[in-house]
Amino acid sequence: MIDKTMASCREAVATVFDGARIMFGGFGDVGMPGQLIEALRDQGATDLVAISNGAGGGGYALGGLIQDGRVRKLMASFPSPRAAAFRERYLKGELELELIPQGTLVERIRAGGAGLGGFYTPTGAGTALAEGKEIRVIDGREYVFEGPLKADFAFIKAHRADRFGNLSFRRTMRNFNQIMATAATTVIVEVDEIVPAGGLSAEEIHTPGIFIDRVVAVARHPQLFQPRKPGGAA
Amino acid sequence: MTLSREGIAYRVAADLPEGSYVNLGIGIPSLIPSFLPDGREVVFHSENGILGVGPTAAPGEEDPDVVNASKEYVTLLPGSSVFDHALSFTMIRGGHITHAVIGAIEVAANGDLANWSVPGEKVPGVGGAMDLAFGIPNLFVAMTHVTSKGRPKILNACQCPLTAPRCVRRIYTDLAVIDITADGLLLREVAPGLDPAAVQAKTEAPLQIAAGCREMDVPATWSGVALRV
Repeated sequence: MIDKTMASCREAVATVFDGARIMFGGFGDVGMPGQLIEALRDQGATDLVAISNGAGGGGYALGGLIQDGRVRKLMASFPSPRAAAFRERYLKGELELELIPQGTLVERIRAGGAGLGGFYTPTGAGTALAEGKEIRVIDGREYVFEGPLKADFAFIKAHRADRFGNLSFRRTMRNFNQIMATAATTVIVEVDEIVPAGGLSAEEIHTPGIFIDRVVAVARHPQLFQPRKPGGAA
Repeated sequence: MTLSREGIAYRVAADLPEGSYVNLGIGIPSLIPSFLPDGREVVFHSENGILGVGPTAAPGEEDPDVVNASKEYVTLLPGSSVFDHALSFTMIRGGHITHAVIGAIEVAANGDLANWSVPGEKVPGVGGAMDLAFGIPNLFVAMTHVTSKGRPKILNACQCPLTAPRCVRRIYTDLAVIDITADGLLLREVAPGLDPAAVQAKTEAPLQIAAGCREMDVPATWSGVALRV
């Protein structure tokens, strides 16, 4: 019988090795597998390469891994000013950053998962982020070549799963999760709830279980809900 | 008279066409939805995977799984949809999102945009800014006309790293509405009580004055909000 469920986050992340390249899903706290990442902090693997939209915050999840000095390199689009742990390590020169435009980042991951050798995008042509990259003119417009991204592990978050690893997301949780699930050797999922086989109708499965290796259900960490005020200064 | 931040947002909102699909940046652009004219139906996009973004969630009614690109808790309107980042940037880069309104650090007379990094900034972040600047056909900038130190932001050439070359179509500021054309900057509207010379004095790049250049149609207040200062 196929059963991809695991009893604990600890068990789910046990095989992560030093030097691993790991994709972390989420956009801010939404769809961010915080408790898998906390389990990885306890597990101890180090010298990691992290692929993520942001750099996490302070001492929790990805921010915590960075604070602990466990991340050698970050590939991200937006290490925000609030990413305190990242900022401190980066400014000391203890962590390498590859800055990638957000649409290019997700498309590189998509290419990796889809078995493509890369793609040409207009994004970045004529800017500092295209320096050293191949430029090709297509229909009179400059495009930048971007290669595929893959990883040893992807840590992702979904709302519900079944034992086959079929996933269903809630609201804006999909963000990078759906794409990252296609591009890593071992895909580990944190979910709110595991339902019996057949508990997800075929139509409500957003990511088929073929992409998924391990699933663990945990209650949400209350620290993750932090409403912010709108309309901040530009 | 100049416009308040809300006044700039009010003026931009008047120009978003019925049925347009619009991505809004942080800062002044985030104020725009409140000022759409009655009956104007516009669909707002958020890069993290929403079409049909509604107002900010009321206190106590936030859904932890519904945020916008600024990570504010927002609502989903009837008819909204949610999707992953690859589809979201297909909408952006593929030109399906018809309009974007973004902030800027600098805009050059040829439409070059700088809004992601200032020289000497120690920790860079680009987010979706470049994909928007390269992908959206009607890219509008909404910003203050000069910096907090009074330095012009509309320049002959950008000094900061470019987000994208030749991408801005129109600039809305507290002083003016300016189109970017093949022949340079075209001053279309001035804030109530200003004349074109006053706008030029705060603009490094030369302005041509459009035939029919007029004062902006922005009332002093709207629903109790000051639009002019």
